[in-house]
Amino acid sequence: MSSVLEGRWGYASIGDKIGAAVLQHPLGWRWLLAVIATSFGVLGFLTAIGYLFGKGVGIWGVNMPVAWGFAIANCVWWIGIGHAGTFISAVLLLLRQKWRTSINRFAEAMTLFAASMAGLFPLLHLGRPWDVYWLLPYPDSMGLWPQWRSPLIWDFFAIATYLTVSLLFWYVGLIPDLATLRDRAAKPLTRFAFALFALGWRGEARQWARHGQAYLLLAGLATPLVVSVHSVVSLDFAIGNTPGFHSTIFPPYFVAGALFSGFAMVITLAVPLRSAFGLHELITERHLENAAKVLLATGALVAYGYGAEAFMAFYGGDRYEIALQVNRWTGPYAAVYWSMIVCNVLLPQAMWWRRVRRSALLLFALSLVINLGMWMERVLIVLSSLHRDYLPSAWRVFVPTTWDWLFLVGSIATFAWLFLLFVRVLPLVSIAEMRELVHERAEGRA
Amino acid sequence: MKLPIAIHAEPGLAATRREAMKWMAASLALAGAGCSRPAERIYSAAAMPEIAANGSPIHYATQLVQEGYGLGVLVGTQSGRPIKIEGHAGHPSGLGGSNAQAQAAVLQLWDPDRLQTVLRHDGPVASIATWADFAAAWADRPGHGNDGQGLALLTGRFTSPCLQAQLASLLQALPGARWHRCDGADTGAAQRGAALAFGRALQPVFHFQHPALIVAFGADPFAEGPGRVRHAADWAQRRASDLAAGRVPPRLVALETTPALFGARADERWACTPAAIEQLLQSLAARWLGGSKPVDADASGAEARLAELLPAFDGRLLLVGGEALSDEGHARLHALNQRFGSLGRSLELIVPPEDDGPLPAPATLAQLLDAIDADRVNSLLILDSNAAQASALAPRFAQALGRVPWTAYLGLHRDETAKRCQWQLPMSHGLECWGDARSHDGSSGLIQPAIAPLYDTRSAHELIALITPGETLRDGHALLRRYWRAHDAAGDDERFETFWRETLRRGHVPHSASAAQSVPHAQLPSGNPAAAQAGTLWGMFPPDASVGDGRHANSAWLQELPRPFTKLTWDNVAQLGPRTAARLGVETGDGLLVTSDDGRAHPATIEIPAFVQPGHAEEALTLALGYGRSEAGRIGNGIGVDVGPLRGARPGPVKLRAEPSGRRHTLALTQVELDDQGRAPARRVAFANAFDMPDAAAPQPSLYPPVPHNGPAWGMVIDLDACIGCNVCTIACQAENNIPVVGADQVTRGRAMHWIRVDHYIEADGCSNVQPVPCMHCENAPCELVCPVGATVHDSEGLNLQVYNRCVGTRFCSNNCPYKVRRFNFLQYAETGSETAKAANNPDVTVRSRGVMEKCSYCVQRISRARRDALKQGHGVGGDDVVTACQGACPTQAIHFGNIDDATSDVAAAKRSPRHYALLEELGTRPRTTYLARIDLPAFKKEGG
Repeated sequence: MSSVLEGRWGYASIGDKIGAAVLQHPLGWRWLLAVIATSFGVLGFLTAIGYLFGKGVGIWGVNMPVAWGFAIANCVWWIGIGHAGTFISAVLLLLRQKWRTSINRFAEAMTLFAASMAGLFPLLHLGRPWDVYWLLPYPDSMGLWPQWRSPLIWDFFAIATYLTVSLLFWYVGLIPDLATLRDRAAKPLTRFAFALFALGWRGEARQWARHGQAYLLLAGLATPLVVSVHSVVSLDFAIGNTPGFHSTIFPPYFVAGALFSGFAMVITLAVPLRSAFGLHELITERHLENAAKVLLATGALVAYGYGAEAFMAFYGGDRYEIALQVNRWTGPYAAVYWSMIVCNVLLPQAMWWRRVRRSALLLFALSLVINLGMWMERVLIVLSSLHRDYLPSAWRVFVPTTWDWLFLVGSIATFAWLFLLFVRVLPLVSIAEMRELVHERAEGRA
Repeated sequence: MKLPIAIHAEPGLAATRREAMKWMAASLALAGAGCSRPAERIYSAAAMPEIAANGSPIHYATQLVQEGYGLGVLVGTQSGRPIKIEGHAGHPSGLGGSNAQAQAAVLQLWDPDRLQTVLRHDGPVASIATWADFAAAWADRPGHGNDGQGLALLTGRFTSPCLQAQLASLLQALPGARWHRCDGADTGAAQRGAALAFGRALQPVFHFQHPALIVAFGADPFAEGPGRVRHAADWAQRRASDLAAGRVPPRLVALETTPALFGARADERWACTPAAIEQLLQSLAARWLGGSKPVDADASGAEARLAELLPAFDGRLLLVGGEALSDEGHARLHALNQRFGSLGRSLELIVPPEDDGPLPAPATLAQLLDAIDADRVNSLLILDSNAAQASALAPRFAQALGRVPWTAYLGLHRDETAKRCQWQLPMSHGLECWGDARSHDGSSGLIQPAIAPLYDTRSAHELIALITPGETLRDGHALLRRYWRAHDAAGDDERFETFWRETLRRGHVPHSASAAQSVPHAQLPSGNPAAAQAGTLWGMFPPDASVGDGRHANSAWLQELPRPFTKLTWDNVAQLGPRTAARLGVETGDGLLVTSDDGRAHPATIEIPAFVQPGHAEEALTLALGYGRSEAGRIGNGIGVDVGPLRGARPGPVKLRAEPSGRRHTLALTQVELDDQGRAPARRVAFANAFDMPDAAAPQPSLYPPVPHNGPAWGMVIDLDACIGCNVCTIACQAENNIPVVGADQVTRGRAMHWIRVDHYIEADGCSNVQPVPCMHCENAPCELVCPVGATVHDSEGLNLQVYNRCVGTRFCSNNCPYKVRRFNFLQYAETGSETAKAANNPDVTVRSRGVMEKCSYCVQRISRARRDALKQGHGVGGDDVVTACQGACPTQAIHFGNIDDATSDVAAAKRSPRHYALLEELGTRPRTTYLARIDLPAFKKEGG
C-alpha cells in the first residue's frame, strides 16, 4: 500500500508545518477578515435568538398545521453534517483506513460544531425554552419524569451522548499534539495554556500505550453512535402517524443522508483549508478522491431512499401516502423537490469520472450543491408531510419569514466562526498521527 | 396600569392633560364601583339553585336586543360579572339556541372603546360634561320655549313597549316634535309587500315545524331576520322527529344569489341573480294567480320544477322571501302563500311589533333629510342609530348633521354619527340596564341588568324620562315597573309583584305572542320587475354575517369568526361566481374596481378584493356591509371596504360595473382548501340507507389492551344532519374558554385559535358540507405518545387533557394529531394587562401564555362543576348533566355530549344511530368525538307525493 503522504517529510518538519498554523499565524489579516465577517453573522444570530426569546416562535413562519419549520430542518441538517467527523475518526480508524489521518482532526471539529448547532435548534424551537430542563430526568418534588415514549426524549439523549463522546474522542486525540505545541510555543501564556490541556503528556511509551487503548475504546464507543444518533433523530418523524413521516425506511435513509452531507461538508472545508495553509501534500488528491467515492456510495443510498419512498407509497396503496407523493412532485413545494433531486441525485453522478474526483475545484462546487440539496431534503421532510396531511380543511403552506432565513444563515456563520477559531488555536491536522505515517513510510522503505 | 379609556388621538378631540387625568380618575373610580350587582332586585332564572355558592355562575334570564327585537338568553355571571351568554330554552325567540352576536354581547359590554362619559363637542374640541350639563343644555336648546317645533327624534327600529309608551308621551307633551325611524340595513321588505298585497303592513311569522316543503326566494331564514334562531330550531326539531319516525322530513328548496346557510341545507338549490328570482316569482304568480308574465323565459329549470312542486305540497308549503327582494316580489309571495294555504298554518301575519303601540307612524330618514335641507329642524336627538354609517343615505345624513344647530346622540360608541353631534351621551349596555323588548312573534319579555352600569351611562328609557316635561321618575327600573304595572297586572299590587318576579325569572311574558291577523284576498302588484338583461352585473348588499351592518365591527370575536362558506375573517370581499370571475379576469384576492351603474348622476366606485365562490350566482356580486368604518373603535377602524356608497336609495340589488384594479389583497382565511379530495370527512348517506347502515363503528383491532377507565366516559356526537354551519359553537367556545383573538395578520399566517372550527367542503356536485371539528379526545391519542414532558395526558374519564403549565411547546402533539385540532400560542395572544380583559375572562378557565399548546377540553371546567355538584348531593354525575358551551349554544341541537357508558344518556343514544361514524376511523385513534352522517333526501317525484 502506497502512503497517502506525499513529498518528503520528517517528524520535525511535520510538526513545523502543522504547528505553524497555530504558532506563527501565517494567514495574518486574511484570517482576521474572515473572523470579523463571520462575527457579524454570530452577532446577528445572537440578536435573532434574543428577539426569539423575547417574542416567541411566532416570528417564524410556523403555523397550524406546519408546526415545525426551518428550526427542525436545520437541526436535522446540522446533525447530519456532524456525522462525517465521527465516521472518519472512529469507523475508518477501526477499519485501518490510513488516509483518514490527515482529515480526521478538522472533521471531528466540524462534527463538534455542527452537532452544537444541531443541539441549539430544538432548544430555540421550543415555545417556552426556559423550561427546557423539563426534558431531563431530574428528581423534582412533584415526582414528574420525562415521558419516555416520546422520540424527542430519545433524541435529547442521542444528541447529548453524541456530543459528549465526540468531544472526548476529539480531546483524547488532541493530547499528544497539545504537548507538541506546548513544547514549541514561545510565549509563556500560550505555553501555559497548551500545558494545561496537555495533561502532562511527555511522550512516554506507557503513555502512548494507554493513549492508543483509550483512543481505540472511544472509537469503539463512537462507532455505534454514527448509526444510532441519526436513526434516533429519524424516529422523531417515523414514530409520527403523519403520511410521509410514518415509514420504516427512515433510520437507514437518514444515516445515509447524514454521511452524504457530512462528507460533502468535509470536502467543503478541506479544499479551502489545504489551499490556505498549503497542505497539498498532507491532504492529497487521493484524500479528495476517497471522499468523493464515499459521496457516490452514500448518494446512491439516498437516491434509493427517494425511489423506495415513492415506490412504497404506491405499492402500499394508502391514499394519504399516494396523495403526499403526488403532492411532493406537483404541489406547492414541487420546485424544492425537483431541485433536491438535481442536487442530490443527478449532479453527483459527475463523480463517476476520475477527473472530477481529483479536481479540487469541481469537488468543492459539487459539495456545496450537495449541502444545499441535503438542506432542501430536510426542509421537504418537515414541510411536505405537515402542510397537507389527513383533513384537507387543515391544509396550509408554510412561508418562511426573514427570521427563518436569519437563523439558518446565523447558524452557518456561527459554525464558520467556531471553525475559524479552531484552525487558529489548535492543529487542524493531527501531528502525532501524521508522524506515525512518516514513521510507517520510513519503515516501508527500510 | 393601562386603563380602558377611549381617548382617540384625533384633531377634533384635544383633551388636555388635566382633563385626561380627571377622566382617568373617574374611570378608576368606576372600575372600583364595577362588578357590583344592580341596586334593584334582579331575579335569577327559574332552574337555578336557591343559593349559588361562590365560584358557581348565577344565571339571569333576560333578552338581548338584536335589530330591535328581543332574543331570550340566560346571562351567566360569576362574582357579579357577566361572563357567558347561554340560550334560554323557555323563550320563544330561540328555544335555547343563540347566535354569534348574542354570544359576543359579553365582549361588547367590556369593550374599552365604549363611550364612557357625557361629552360636549363645541367647535373643534370635545370636553367632558355631566348628565346635569346635558339636562341644562336640553332645556336651553334652540326653540325650547315652544311645543317642540323644530325638534326631531331619530331612532333605530325598536320594539320596547315601555319605550314606545315613553316616546308617545314625549311626543304628546311636545306635539311639534317629529319622530323619524331609520330601520338599518334593508329591513321591512316583507311588511311593504304585505302592504301592497293586503293593504296593510304586516310581519310574517314562520312556523318551520309545520310545512313539508320550504322554498326560499333569495332568503336565508336561518341567518337573517329576528326569528332566525327559532327557524333553525323548529326546522331541526321537525327533521329529527320525522327521521326518528322513519318519515321523510320537510324538503328545502333554495333560490339564492349568495351561498347561504339555508341553501347549503337545501335539497334542491338554484343559483340565480336577484333579477331572475323576481322574474321567477312573477312567472309563478302568473301561472296560478293570473297577471302578466315576465318577458324573459326562465332557462334554469327552476320554474318548471317549482310548477311541479308547489301544487304537490298544497297546504303543506311555506314560501319565504329575503330582504333583498322587491316589495312587489314580496307581495307576490304573500299571494302565493295565500293561494297554497300556508297562511295560518306555516305562517302567520302579525302587526309588526315595532308598530304595535301607541306611537304614530314614524317618518323616514329621507323625510328628516328633507326637513333639515328646508331648515325646519333646529334640534335633533338621535337614539342609538348610526345613520351616518349604516343607512343607505349615510353620506347625505353625515353632511346634513353639521347643519342642525343642536344635536345630541345616545349610543354605545363614539361612532360616525356620534362624532358629528354636539352632545355625545353614553348609553347603558343591554346587560347593565332595565328594559323590555318583543320577539319575532310579538312575545313580550323583560330585560334585567346582570351588572350595574360600568360607566356613567343611561338607558334610552332614562334619557327619554330626563327630557320628557313633567316626568319625575329617573331610573329605568322604576320606569319599567310603572309601565308594566299600568299595562299588564290589573290593580292588585301583590299580583303584580308575583307577575314581576315570575316574568324576570322566566324571561318573557307567557302567551303574549301577537295575534294572527286575518287578511283579505291578496292583490297582485301591477309593476313588472326589471328585465334581467344579459350582461347586467347585479350587486347585493347584505349585512355581514358577523358584524351585521357594522354595529358589531368593534367586536374582535365577531371579526375573527370565520364567515360561513368563505372562511374569511377581518374583512369583506366581493363574492362572485367562477364564470363571472373568469370573464372579469380576476381570482380570489385580486382587487376589483366596482362602479355603480344605475344611472345616478355621480356614480360611486370602490376597490374591493374579489372572492371566487363556487355556488354563487353568475353575473352578480355580493358585497357585505359593515366594513370600512372610520369610527368603530380600535378593533373595527379601517378594515375592509365600505360598500355603502354603491347602494341605491331604495333597498335591493343595484346594477354595477366591475373591472380588475390590478392590486392584490391578502385575505385572512381560516381554511384554504375547500375540496375534500374525495376523502369524505363529512359523510352523507341516502335516506334509504340511513336506517340500516352497516355497523361501521366496530373498533379497529389493536395490539394494546383497552384503556381502563372509571367514572363516566365522556363523549360527543355531532349530528351533521342537524348542523347548519352557523358558527355559533365556535364563538360560544371562545367566550367560555377565554380563547384569545389573534388578528388578521396571524389568521393569514394560519394561527387562528378557535378550539372548534366549522370545516366547509364543496363537493363535485356543488353541494356544501359543513362539519364542526373540536378535539376528538381519542382513546388512543397520538398526541399523548409524543409529548416529551407529559403535558398532554389521559384522565380516568377518557378526557385528553392539556396541562398548560407543564407544556414546553415542542408542538410535536400537533404534528401527530391527524385532525389538527390543536392550537398553539405562537406569540403572546392572550390579553392580560387591561382591566377589562381581567373582568371579561371566565375565572374557571386558565388564560394561556405564549409558547403553550391548547385545544378543546370538552369544557372540563363544566365537568368538574357537575362532579362537585353531584358529590355534594351524594350521587354520581348523570349522563346528561354536563352541557358544553358549543352544545348549549347550538340552535339545532346538533351537538350531543355526555356519558357514553350511560345507556340512557342522549349521547349514548346518538352513538347507537346507524349513521354513526368516526372521523379517520382507519387510523385506530378511537375518537370519543364522533359524527352522524348527513342524510340526503330522495328526490321528490310528482307521482311519489
